[in-house]
Amino acid sequence: MKVREIAEKAELKILSMPDPEREVIGAYMGDLLSWVMGRAGESNVWITIMSNINVVAVASLADVSCVILSEGVELEEDVLNAAKEKGINILSTNLPSYETAIALSGMV
Amino acid sequence: MGEELVFTFDVDGDDFTSAGQASVQIKKNLRQLGINPEIIRRVSIAMYEGEINMVIHAGGGEATVKVCEDYIEIILKDSGPGIKNIDQAMQEGFSTAPDRIRSLGFGAGMGLPNMKRYTDSMEIDSTVGVGTTVVMRVNIV
Ligand SMILES: Nc1ncnc2c1ncn2[C@@H]1O[C@H](COP(=O)(O)OP(=O)(O)OP(=O)(O)O)[C@@H](O)[C@H]1O
Ligand SMILES: [Mg+2]
Repeated sequence: MKVREIAEKAELKILSMPDPEREVIGAYMGDLLSWVMGRAGESNVWITIMSNINVVAVASLADVSCVILSEGVELEEDVLNAAKEKGINILSTNLPSYETAIALSGMV
Repeated sequence: MGEELVFTFDVDGDDFTSAGQASVQIKKNLRQLGINPEIIRRVSIAMYEGEINMVIHAGGGEATVKVCEDYIEIILKDSGPGIKNIDQAMQEGFSTAPDRIRSLGFGAGMGLPNMKRYTDSMEIDSTVGVGTTVVMRVNIV
């Protein structure tokens, strides 16, 4: 499934979507950046509550298909701009991380 | 071929807003060279972890990437405090990152283990009070 479709089906808020056609394969949940770097797979959805600028670099280098900010976490303007510029898809939801993962089940 | 390509970056200490830039740039450069995406992913993740370590633990340093015919070499050199016990630092979960850094999501103690795991060879040369040099290689073939 594509990032665009997941956003629609799971009713996620779109914060940055420069690459809507990106294919999603699997998901990973975590907030410790180097843990995510080591374990997230290429094209995974990455569910996290971290929203600082380093998330953009990690998403780019781990090559995840999109970041989903759970728990209603918001994004600062400069982080949002960096995400758009680097081609990183960022979605958000008010659901907690666990419920976010459940909402994606069967799609990824 | 036979020619090696060298990229060098100054890595700024204490600047978390731009931390990781050298690695993001290298990823771009390697893509333009048509390197295999899986190799690029391994190189850029390993380099990112090393780059962040220089920012967090050593006040910055210098990153050099050499693209050779059979391998890509990443050299990270800093003049920070050095690593007292390398075996301990290499263990998953060991971290001396201060709280303010941990609140950004760093400090899992997974950086060095990731660097080892994503590369074909890794050597750390460190002297307390002098600095640390990490050399990693990822084979292309
Ligand atoms: N360049 C360096 N200079 C001095 N000490 C370092 C350097 N790199 C690593 N270390 C030491 O080794 C420890 C382990 O490093 P590692 O990258 O595995 O974890 P971390 O940086 O603390 O956390 P994480 O990488 O998971 O965010 C660090 O906490 C630090 O004490
Ligand atoms: Mg580290």
